[in-house]
Amino acid sequence: MNGPLRSVDETAALIAAVEEKGLNATISFDHTVMRRQAEEIAGRPDSTRLNGLAIGVKDNICTIEYPTTCASHILQDYRSPYQATAVSRLKDAGGIVACKTNLDEFAMGSSTEHSAFGRVRHPHDPDRVPGGSSGGSAALVAAGALRVALGSETGGSVRQPAAFCGVVGVKPSYGRVSRYGLVAFGSSLDQIGVFGKTVADAASLLEVISGRDANDSTCADLDQLDAPLERPDLDGIVIGLPSEYFPDDLDPAIRAACDRTIAALRQAGASVRAVSLPHTSLAVPCYYVIAPAEASANLARYDGVRYGLRVPQDDLHALYRETRGSGFGPEVRRRIIVGTYVLSSGYYEAYYTKAQRARGRIARDFDDVYAGGVDLLFTPTTPTTAFKAGERLRDPVAMYLADVFVCSANLAGIPAVSLPIGRTQGLPIGGQLMAPAYEEELLLNAAHVLEECIDPIAEI
Amino acid sequence: MTWETVIGLEVHVQLATRSKMFCGCSAAFGGQSNTNVCPVCLGLPGALPVANIEAVRLATRAALGLEFTVHPRSFFARKNYFYPDLPKGYQISQFDRPLATDGRLRIQSPDRGEVTIGMARLHLEEDAAKSVHDHIPGRSAVDFNRSGVPLAEIVSDPDLRSPTEARAYLVALKQLLQYLGVSDCNMEEGHLRVDGNLSVRPLGDSALGVKQEVKNMNSFAAVERALEQLCDRQIRLLEGNGSVELTTFSAATGELRVMRTKEESHDYRYFPEPDLPPLILTDAWIDAEGKALPELPAAKRARLQEEYGIRPYDAEVLSATRDVADYFEAVITAGGDPQSATNWVMGAVLRDAKESNGALRVHPHRLAVLMEMVATGVLSNQAAKRVFTELTSTTEQPGGVAERMGLLQVSDAGKISAWIDSVLESRPAEVARFRKGETKLIGFFIGKVMQESEGKADPKRVKEILSDKLAPRK
Repeated sequence: MNGPLRSVDETAALIAAVEEKGLNATISFDHTVMRRQAEEIAGRPDSTRLNGLAIGVKDNICTIEYPTTCASHILQDYRSPYQATAVSRLKDAGGIVACKTNLDEFAMGSSTEHSAFGRVRHPHDPDRVPGGSSGGSAALVAAGALRVALGSETGGSVRQPAAFCGVVGVKPSYGRVSRYGLVAFGSSLDQIGVFGKTVADAASLLEVISGRDANDSTCADLDQLDAPLERPDLDGIVIGLPSEYFPDDLDPAIRAACDRTIAALRQAGASVRAVSLPHTSLAVPCYYVIAPAEASANLARYDGVRYGLRVPQDDLHALYRETRGSGFGPEVRRRIIVGTYVLSSGYYEAYYTKAQRARGRIARDFDDVYAGGVDLLFTPTTPTTAFKAGERLRDPVAMYLADVFVCSANLAGIPAVSLPIGRTQGLPIGGQLMAPAYEEELLLNAAHVLEECIDPIAEI
Repeated sequence: MTWETVIGLEVHVQLATRSKMFCGCSAAFGGQSNTNVCPVCLGLPGALPVANIEAVRLATRAALGLEFTVHPRSFFARKNYFYPDLPKGYQISQFDRPLATDGRLRIQSPDRGEVTIGMARLHLEEDAAKSVHDHIPGRSAVDFNRSGVPLAEIVSDPDLRSPTEARAYLVALKQLLQYLGVSDCNMEEGHLRVDGNLSVRPLGDSALGVKQEVKNMNSFAAVERALEQLCDRQIRLLEGNGSVELTTFSAATGELRVMRTKEESHDYRYFPEPDLPPLILTDAWIDAEGKALPELPAAKRARLQEEYGIRPYDAEVLSATRDVADYFEAVITAGGDPQSATNWVMGAVLRDAKESNGALRVHPHRLAVLMEMVATGVLSNQAAKRVFTELTSTTEQPGGVAERMGLLQVSDAGKISAWIDSVLESRPAEVARFRKGETKLIGFFIGKVMQESEGKADPKRVKEILSDKLAPRK
């Protein structure tokens, strides 16, 4: 039996096993679909780069092998007639779409509890959440069922679950990876990201899916990323520690894990200095105006007319109301209402215009720091470790604050990575590195060096 | 009270591109329903728009021809509303930063002579799909072939003062757009769609009255009619001490029907389209487009008068379309005399064009040869018209056709004398009257001789010989 086939059989068995235990990380998963792909690539000489590597794909990324549901009742049985550019590329390189992974509906959420297909469990503690919205992808990698998976970010939806689950999560620069075929949530923020067991795994997948795409005008006119992880140490690298990300009330275990990591960075040759990103406190409120505003338009197409759920009614407005009212879950409805409100005439300037201005300031904070000689920034990825399921469902603002350290990178369009830097009470802690736009090579090399010199599962 | 009418028009022009505004699908009209479609123009999840450069070029050309300021940096925006023919739930358009602002068009107003109509903006957008209500009994269907077809929307200032003037503006605008090659301007295929807004105010007032909007007018005549109805309606209201309310009417049936009242007006929640970067045009590119503009109707009219010494009315008719003007000049280039070229083109050529759906079927070179045959007396004017008609359906040369039809003029004195003798012999009474001094009968004799010769005799030679034969005997 050839390599790809044996590997898909093994992977399929691993996925089946974790799902049997109730992880609920997949929405579509079919061993025969995996095998068929493995047979196809077995005879292809150009498929050696990923050589049958099984990849989990977040279910808001269009595939032709499996439905693309966005974990929404409104797209419950939707099958895309085309596949995302990122998916075509990973398949061309010999990758296999293993399964479609569970998410918060339309990627709106930070816990993967807002799924029409039920919540994803944390791989180390079933009572907790894996983070979100790419919780299914993160959980499958953390559970050891997959080496890599695709996720998507609008405001931290790869890095935050990566931190909660103890895996590597990379959000590339806005424009590094084509968004064609990624179901839009907040178009100016959305970006496909990758999960890996290691930085090297994540980097190799990112390389394959990156690069210009004639189908996406917002994708940068750049060649495929080539980021060999060759840097032996961090000599000459200046790492900034933004004070806003280390507040006095930061969880002590997370602070301790960060301190240990900072020491490791120094040991690897980096010089570390305190910096300030003064508009950090605007990030969450700014994000929760811009993302819902764009979402309110992006989700208007789910109207029961052409595809997806239709709740038949006698008149058109009732059709819209009933289809959308019953097809979307409460968090999606909340964001559509907020987004519609902030774009309404009379409120637009007070919310949308102001949020755009705040976004500009947040981006300038990063520019200023990088221009001041800082190569990378280091912060905790999240203010807490994985929280209990249900704990924040009735308090959306508490849920939104889980993204306080991650959503600035989306607003500024810069690349960032989260990697495991220790554990507390058995739960993973994530540390985040952020780089200037399109500096993925430096970012991934630094993450790789750091990964080598800390124990990711050591209790703090 | 004397009322002044104030009208502004919004014209949607379908740009003559091969593919759609934001995807590679064919923009062709018709075709089997829902065959020119793809994930982008169907608004499928995950699909993204990519701007069609050719559409940008054509819109820029229209803007330059209409003397707009073309902005090197403009933005696309989303216009949000729900309708089954709008697959994304928003239309990609331009809003606060359009491609071009501040244009103008000089027109000949039927009421006011030459006036300049200002234009606020020209922007790019995509068309919606088409709702079809007669395809499936009792149900509505949607044809997405039209979804995403590129449009330029041209918004005039409220500078028009009567419905007839509005129509004159539309005629001039259409002519200009056709000259520029920006649009085929085929009304049946919906290439030009007009929305109007109108208000009235006491003559002399500077403040505008409350305007009302009218949509769904499918011809320029319908625009004029609907605006007249709207104008009458407002004046009736105001003279009856009522007031005009912001209302949108549909004129689809020929009668005005209320579509939306003020309370039902849409909040389109425009915001910048995040899927498309700013539309950046370099100054060099805009300049090059400006330099590549063809001669426009006003300039052409002036030049035709100047260069060929033809009358203003003739120049206007000949420059009605670029094709006709080019044809006219090609006839002259091929050797035709400007005055007879004018007569031929305005007569036989345009008559034939009318019958053949605008086609100019006789090559200008063949017409020039035909004209030359008339000038040299080989063919009579009458005969030449018959030859022209024949030329519209063959590829033969005029000489061959005239010969085949037996229309070549005879100037041989012997033959002409024989025809004359035959006529004079059979009309002794008229000959006698002529000889008694009734010399105007010469025309009668020429006509009879022409008849006798079946139109073949050269009338000049006929007159000469006839005069000689009728001269008083010595």
